[in-house]
Amino acid sequence: MSRPRKVAIWLVVLGVLHGIVLCAGFFAPYDPVEQDRKNPYLPPMRLHFVDTRGQLHLCPFVYPFQLRPGTFDQYLEDTAQPHPLRFFTSGGRYRLFGFLPARLHFFGADNTRIYLLGTDAFGRDQLSRLLFGGQVSLLAGLLGAGFTLLIGWCIGAAAGFYGGWRDDLLMRVAELFLALPWLYLLFAIRAFLPLAVNPLEAFFLIVAVIAAVGWARPARLVRGVVLSVKERDFVCAARGFGASDLYLLKRHILPETSSVLLTQAAILIPQYVLAEMTLSFLGLGVPEPVPSWGNLLSNLQQYSVLVSYWWMYLPALIMVPFFLGYLGLASALQERAETYKIKRRSFGTLP
Amino acid sequence: MMRYLLRRLAHAFLLVIGVSLLAFLFTTLAPGNYFDEMRLNPQIAPETLVALRAQYQLDRPLPVRYASWVNSVLHGEMGFSFAYNTPVAPLLLVRAKNTLLLTVTATLLAWAIALPLGVWSAERLGQLPDRLISWSTAALLVVPDLALALGLLVLTVRTGWFPTGGMVSVDFESLSSLNKIRDLALHMALPVTTLVLSALPLLVRHVRAAVADVLDAPFLLAAEGHGIPRRTLLFRYALPAAANPLVSLFGFSIGALLSGSLLIEVVMSWPGLGPFLLEAILARDIYVVIGGVLFSTIFLAAGNFLADMLLYWVDPRIRTASTSG
Repeated sequence: MSRPRKVAIWLVVLGVLHGIVLCAGFFAPYDPVEQDRKNPYLPPMRLHFVDTRGQLHLCPFVYPFQLRPGTFDQYLEDTAQPHPLRFFTSGGRYRLFGFLPARLHFFGADNTRIYLLGTDAFGRDQLSRLLFGGQVSLLAGLLGAGFTLLIGWCIGAAAGFYGGWRDDLLMRVAELFLALPWLYLLFAIRAFLPLAVNPLEAFFLIVAVIAAVGWARPARLVRGVVLSVKERDFVCAARGFGASDLYLLKRHILPETSSVLLTQAAILIPQYVLAEMTLSFLGLGVPEPVPSWGNLLSNLQQYSVLVSYWWMYLPALIMVPFFLGYLGLASALQERAETYKIKRRSFGTLP
Repeated sequence: MMRYLLRRLAHAFLLVIGVSLLAFLFTTLAPGNYFDEMRLNPQIAPETLVALRAQYQLDRPLPVRYASWVNSVLHGEMGFSFAYNTPVAPLLLVRAKNTLLLTVTATLLAWAIALPLGVWSAERLGQLPDRLISWSTAALLVVPDLALALGLLVLTVRTGWFPTGGMVSVDFESLSSLNKIRDLALHMALPVTTLVLSALPLLVRHVRAAVADVLDAPFLLAAEGHGIPRRTLLFRYALPAAANPLVSLFGFSIGALLSGSLLIEVVMSWPGLGPFLLEAILARDIYVVIGGVLFSTIFLAAGNFLADMLLYWVDPRIRTASTSG
């Protein structure tokens, strides 16, 4: 398989994954904060294709739960009344992409609520919370990585381009940031920021915190590239023609750093999503009732939930396909950068 | 030898100073402090708050605070905890011991597993063992450590294979010393397994790459020609030659495991620095947070220093370079 195609394939995979989260309103059957107080901690409903008489159905159906007599948290499937899934059905109102009002949902059921990943303590649909939570977590990761790369690029380019004492100072600070264990650093920065904030402020706080943690590695990589590029003939020539520093950076040096930045982005984004999850999991991030992948899991800090309601763990697995996608993309990008480098080097040595 | 050692020590020392300065710079950005919560309490007079802040020097400028903090570090106190009303160092030490127990065990175990696996994988490059190892490390790599920790916890709680939560059983004090060790080991099993599994894939991959780079070298071919057995060749000749990148990875792995253990301690309620720091953050007990960060830096610097010594011992190239240069 050729290299550019590999990059494209991973991009498509990631695009689909992010698309599902972006259209959470459509794929989620319910509103993420809508409560169903009569059904707390409902286990995931199983999709059935074969009914009690052994007949095969093409359209999957679910059996609603009823309490096992004499218990208060044990549920039994009520096989007497199957509810088939309805696809592209009309349900609760939501706003697609945050502004388009819509009612169309990917699936739903008539006369009953279906919970494919179970419900939490307030009877909220875990699947809907998972999808909407992804919007928060992924956006935090993407924005955080974007800011980090911006900071890292500016610092790295300045250090490499101007050199001298500025370079020394900036790189020493970068070494400090690199040396510290990242979670301690995250804790330290988070410790000195306000705690009781509303969800929106908390979100931007998190983005700022995780952006401040990781700038050192991209800065050092960018610095390395800038150091080698600024000595190249075409840069010297442009400088000879009287190009300003800003022009040189923008026109000649920034494009050379793009492959480093892309690879770093693919590495940083999943780490940052995980950082958001970690902070929210520990109660230092986005607060309830707004769902995020981190605070969905924070229920598991209670022992009773851990013992009795194992399906509350399922949201943790959502990161696996995303990690896989970004890892694949990062290694494909790295391979591509290496083949380009080899091509360029062999071209350069031609007589 | 002395010069190399001293240079490394100076490097570690500068790192610790830099981190403490950075941490103090962050405190100036902090809006509010520990006593702000008390403002809402009608039973505490505003004058008392002012007096309290003055007592803990929170109203002084940054350089003064830093100087007095350095002074208290030199006296073995590392500042004062507002919440516990005692010096920070004794509080931290108790927890840090538990964190170290976890981190050191996990680091040693992870390397003890990663080295043979990586060497084996490099020797059978492209063959079945190598592919199996590559696939399993890739599978581990895509599971984030939060998911791994929670997953193992759910599994353990449901199966009851290992005790969960805490460091020792309730009746620990009444056990014989052998049973005490056994009890501790059982409680450590789950967090250490999680830490090792989260660190392993990266280590194995780097060992494999470093050793595979060396295996093509002519000196190994020559050694093979002399009839030196394969295992001696791999571990006595190839591994030391590949040690240089691995030693810097060793320092990195300590950092990663410290971070990992912070999270895993909270998840598995291990009485280490993790839950303690979290509590301190929520209470705005800044000197405890700074102390915790500083402690992790010191440990990391110590680990790096140890790794440098190890490299000096293993790699003759470093020895000659540092004595002649």
